[in-house]
Amino acid sequence: MIKKRRILFFAFLLVSVVFIVLGLLAGEFRVVWQKAVTVCLECIGIG
Amino acid sequence: MKITGLKTEGKRRIFQIAAALGFNLDFLSPLKGNISQARTKGLCLPALNCYSCPAAIGACPVGALQNSLNSLRYNLAAGQKKLGLYVMGSIALMGTIGGRLPCGWLCPFGLLQELVYKIPLPKIRIPAFLTYFRYIVLVFLVWLLPLLVMDASGLGWPWFCKWVCPAGTLEAGLILSGLDPGIRAQLGYLFAWKLGLLVIFLAWMSVSMRPFCRTVCPLGTMLGFFNRVSAFRMKVDLERCIVCDACQKICPVSIRIYENPDSSQCIRCLKCEQVCPTSCLSHGFSLSATGAGQTTRIRP
Repeated sequence: MIKKRRILFFAFLLVSVVFIVLGLLAGEFRVVWQKAVTVCLECIGIG
Repeated sequence: MKITGLKTEGKRRIFQIAAALGFNLDFLSPLKGNISQARTKGLCLPALNCYSCPAAIGACPVGALQNSLNSLRYNLAAGQKKLGLYVMGSIALMGTIGGRLPCGWLCPFGLLQELVYKIPLPKIRIPAFLTYFRYIVLVFLVWLLPLLVMDASGLGWPWFCKWVCPAGTLEAGLILSGLDPGIRAQLGYLFAWKLGLLVIFLAWMSVSMRPFCRTVCPLGTMLGFFNRVSAFRMKVDLERCIVCDACQKICPVSIRIYENPDSSQCIRCLKCEQVCPTSCLSHGFSLSATGAGQTTRIRP
């Protein structure tokens, strides 16, 4: 059980980091930032 | 409650307040009538904190995820390889490290629910079947509808933010409509719907502990999947547990931690640890803990 958990932990950790790096390389940090600095009309209930 | 328990609860409250302020640190932007333009808004926060809150200095991972998904097909058609991996990886990293720890210790909306619950009113338990509603919200409003339904331009909507999220209504809608007459003039039936939902949740919070977290929150649901593998975990010494259920009585999500220390509902608030009469519960960042998950060995 503990060994399985350890393997899963490192597997998820690796996948998380790989996803983040690939996303950063694709310029997704800027995409998130651009959306976050613009007023989200849906969030505030305008649509 | 033991003195050590009070200390832990006090620390948790300090963490919650510090996070609520820290995630909304740009106090000058609301004064200017704008939302923060901080460079840090490209980072996903480990909490449901609307990025349209004028003072927010980070991105809401649920909003960012929906926006990644609702533009996915548009980006692919345009030859851009923006697949939302950064946001998905950020959420997975939060979960892999702490599971739902941020729900109990960092989320401003969780703090709000705990404070409203302190209003002295008769309390009501949340029926267990309602807790499954959160999976429907996550699958349909956060993943499928943003991904599959789109307008003529090829872009979709953040369905959860648009139709449900009371954090957005509270932190962004009410504040921005108060600050900006232009926004106030545009409010219509959608705002009325979202405001109604917020009022319902506020009323529910006053009689039930963390109803939003337990029945709706998509971020908590996603992080909950990682409770089984996260580095931060609860540990149960099954030899010392007397199955008194003191843990369940104080648990904000009404779970029996000794049955499943990795429950996807557990927000790692550690209240159970504080009231356990035999001190059989503990926690920590560890991959080699003993006891956790050995639910079949509990004495009757």
